[in-house]
Amino acid sequence: MNQSEFLNIVMPFKDKVYRLAKRLLISNEEAEDATQEILIKLWNNKKSIATYKNVEAFSMTMTKNLCYDKLKSKQAQNLKIVHSNYEDHQTSLQKQVETEDSLNWVGKIIETLPEQQRMVIQLRDIEQYDLDEIAKMLNMKNTAVRVALSRARKTIREQLTNTHNYGIK
Amino acid sequence: MVLNNIEKLIEKYENGETSLKEEAYLKTYFQQEDIPPHLEIYKHMFGYFKANQQEQFTKDIPLQAKKKTQIYSWLSVAAVAVLMLGFYLRSTQTLTTQNDLGTYDDPELAYNEVVKSLELISKSLNKGASTMGYLKTYNTGVSTVNYIDELEQSSNLIFKNNK
Repeated sequence: MNQSEFLNIVMPFKDKVYRLAKRLLISNEEAEDATQEILIKLWNNKKSIATYKNVEAFSMTMTKNLCYDKLKSKQAQNLKIVHSNYEDHQTSLQKQVETEDSLNWVGKIIETLPEQQRMVIQLRDIEQYDLDEIAKMLNMKNTAVRVALSRARKTIREQLTNTHNYGIK
Repeated sequence: MVLNNIEKLIEKYENGETSLKEEAYLKTYFQQEDIPPHLEIYKHMFGYFKANQQEQFTKDIPLQAKKKTQIYSWLSVAAVAVLMLGFYLRSTQTLTTQNDLGTYDDPELAYNEVVKSLELISKSLNKGASTMGYLKTYNTGVSTVNYIDELEQSSNLIFKNNK
């Protein structure tokens, strides 16, 4: 397998890997490093790619495991990954600021969810995978995925209504 | 009618029972501008999901790296091999030139040569030993110097008495 063939296989889902890594690790840089690591691992094992049933699902599982490892090692070092994705807040329209702000709130609420729910939300609502596919990727049962999804969605909705109605935080 | 439908779908959505198609329908519904206030929250949720779908991995993928390093590592191995070979060749050459001083085939001739060289050594050794004779005269000189000590002792006694 040469480079372009490999890229053809990898290109469609590299962004998904990156987004899942970012959902778990939060920081942009950490997610980029994780994605690179995953792609290099795939490249080094390119001979066995043909034997995988579903490269995409396989890489998503790999990403999940790698991110868990990273999170664990960071916790062992007593270091939290500090997320510092700075943005410039130069928005002129009031409305734009408001919608932007509530979108950020959704992101922040998702960050507070347990890792499993975060992944399920990411894979379902953003990447739009089948429930069965998600179950396979995360090594969970179909019903467990459904429950996690439902819990995550309800928590997001509740917290979002709270922040909007009472202006908490 | 449409609103009723949406509300039902949302309930299903929160229970995690919607299909992908239904979710896509909800997503497109919440993209429009005028949405009843009690559903405003969902607009933000789906808006966030939509926005996050566009995020991309922009870093380049370093695939060639591994091959290059392999070539370089072999290059260093080759360089070391060449160096070792060079040292080896040099050292063997010098050793052979030092060892190869020529031999005598005739034993009598060889004996004569050995005697000659031994004589040479003894001669020069004796020359060095003869100069050692001067050491004796030096020793007698040193012994006479010892009398100075006695002189000093007696002179000390004299000066003490004066004081």
